[in-house]
Amino acid sequence: MAVDEQLKIEMGKQGVFVTTLQELYNWGRRSSIWPMNFGLACCAIEMIATTMARYDLARFGAEVFRPSPRQADMMIISGTVTKKMAPQVVRLYNQMAEPRYVIAMGACAISGGPFKQGYNVLKGIDRYIPVDVHIPGCPPRPEALLEAFMTLQKKIDAQPLTGEARPRHLDEQAPGEFPVPEQGAHDLEPPANKSVWTVPVVIR
Amino acid sequence: MAFNPYFSLAVLFVVALCFGLTPLALAWLWSRVFSPQKPNAIKNAIYECGLESKGDAWVQFRSSYYLYAIIFLIFDVEAVFLLPFAVAFLGLGAAACVSMLVFVLLLVEGLVWAWAKGVLTWA
Repeated sequence: MAVDEQLKIEMGKQGVFVTTLQELYNWGRRSSIWPMNFGLACCAIEMIATTMARYDLARFGAEVFRPSPRQADMMIISGTVTKKMAPQVVRLYNQMAEPRYVIAMGACAISGGPFKQGYNVLKGIDRYIPVDVHIPGCPPRPEALLEAFMTLQKKIDAQPLTGEARPRHLDEQAPGEFPVPEQGAHDLEPPANKSVWTVPVVIR
Repeated sequence: MAFNPYFSLAVLFVVALCFGLTPLALAWLWSRVFSPQKPNAIKNAIYECGLESKGDAWVQFRSSYYLYAIIFLIFDVEAVFLLPFAVAFLGLGAAACVSMLVFVLLLVEGLVWAWAKGVLTWA
């Protein structure tokens, strides 16, 4: 039972604080995102800059970069994902604790970027793992990464704890394991995870 | 009840124990009740920077390292005993010098034995 927004503001002025369990839960969730400490290419430099004093990622409660996936719940795909690196990225994603989030940072991570026509670069990490926020840019500025954080926080805030739209970690049926691709003769096997990515239809 | 002077120490000990154990117990309880458990084969695998781990962590070391360590230890200890002997050398009698000589010769015998055994030759 949600409280009327206007009533809440009025009561706040009188010094009465009203909240719901869902708001409290999501507040805790969005304010303690621990990113994983790994960078793939030049975007990682912008990611490092974001964590430093000038841009100060700590304002969003996300400055605790963990060197182990066991303690992290967000993955920033910061840079070019080569086909040699993709299996490792997917395996690390699998080893992270629930609830887990992914930000695909930069043109390479979301689509392959300038290397899209190349033979050795994955054309977007969303072929294998579910991505929450995509940020374009080559590389995106730290402000863009902050914007991605805020977008993710808004997304977490809007999630109800029950029903169809509940977060993945509260859903017993939601998949926890995403298959790790293997190096085939010409490409990664399989070339994409069908359950998270389908071939887009080109309309000419 | 007779007041034991160590009673306050026992109380402090219990408080210190609780101070350390309570957060651990709370964290354990919290994770039992609230953590979303979703284990799978990949998640439970050994973490090695995303790569699959190869081989065993139980690595064998050559036993010859052990012999080197023993021989080093003998002469290390010998030096400890020789130093006070050398400092007090001028004030010592013949008996002290002979007993020290026996001590050093015993160790030298050990070295000769090791040498004859071929321990000093790296194979």
